[in-house]
Amino acid sequence: MSGLSLALAYLAAGLGAGLVTIGAGIGIGKIAAAAMDGTARQPEAVGAIRTTMIIAAAMIEGVALFAAVVCFMLASLS
Amino acid sequence: MIWSDHAAAAADTLAEHKEDIGGWITHHIQNSNAWHPFPGVDIHLPHLPAINILGISIDISITNHTVMLFIAGIIIISMFMFLYKLKNKVPTGFGNILEMMVLFVRDEIAIANMGEKEGRRFTPLLITFFFFVLISNLMGLIPAFSTSTGNISVTASLAIITFLSTQYFGIRQSGFLGYYKGLVPHGVPWWLWPLMLVVEIMGLLAKHVALTIRLFANMIAGHIVLFAFLGLIIMFKSYAWAGVSIPFGIFVYFLEILVALIQAYIFTILSALFIGMSVNPDH
Repeated sequence: MSGLSLALAYLAAGLGAGLVTIGAGIGIGKIAAAAMDGTARQPEAVGAIRTTMIIAAAMIEGVALFAAVVCFMLASLS
Repeated sequence: MIWSDHAAAAADTLAEHKEDIGGWITHHIQNSNAWHPFPGVDIHLPHLPAINILGISIDISITNHTVMLFIAGIIIISMFMFLYKLKNKVPTGFGNILEMMVLFVRDEIAIANMGEKEGRRFTPLLITFFFFVLISNLMGLIPAFSTSTGNISVTASLAIITFLSTQYFGIRQSGFLGYYKGLVPHGVPWWLWPLMLVVEIMGLLAKHVALTIRLFANMIAGHIVLFAFLGLIIMFKSYAWAGVSIPFGIFVYFLEILVALIQAYIFTILSALFIGMSVNPDH
């Protein structure tokens, strides 16, 4: 692959990793905030809230990791 | 400084072997035909001839990660055979931890997500998933071993087991037509059915692909971060960087122990949810 396209691929991988982190951070942060709200209002529901929070966070993390794998593939071009 | 000279010499040795930090990292996380338990010791694993099934040639030679899978299996079986005494009414020592984990998987994961009857029925499968993923994840953190769950084929096979059990038990529960009709939500107008069926089948596949990628990428990413911190020493050619990279490396290591536990939990709970959705079709 030529030098310019390789450089663009690396640039895309770096930018993509940053964007993925922003998106996943916002998503998981919103979930954690809502879960904390819920637990503060209703402390006896902490178990159920934690389980659903972990599941939802795992879903977002899965989507983010799809993108992260694409970034890995771009970064390992040569 | 003699130290920085030594570090520079080590970095030059790496450069002589045409290795950079990226190559060093990929060498450590990828599958290979040799097992390096200790520096300088190479155990070459047998290379078996490929077999042909339906015109597809499959390489069944035993690799590094295959050995790790065998060892994980041996560890789990011997843990439950020798450390958990069925004769004792009250478990002692390590048996306490095993009983706690098994009860956690049964009560908090299986029964909480699949209901009393189905939960008890699928507990053995889920406990096997939990312990296998947990032991494989933790083995990657011990020197001389490598992470078999950091190989996409391993996680894909685990997810395929989940996928096949959702299909098999779902079809057995509500019949072939009933199961695939149950994929489309109630109240969808009839002219949307062809589109919705395609969308729902794609969603079904995507759920299990996500299950594969999640475990794989989590284990790979943790190891890459760990090696990247250690690689700072070689990148900057000075041992002084060890003061930065070793504490961060230890921090990432402990984070990895947490991730290993959480990923085993998430893999098991998502498998329980998927199987539970297909065997309890009424919602």
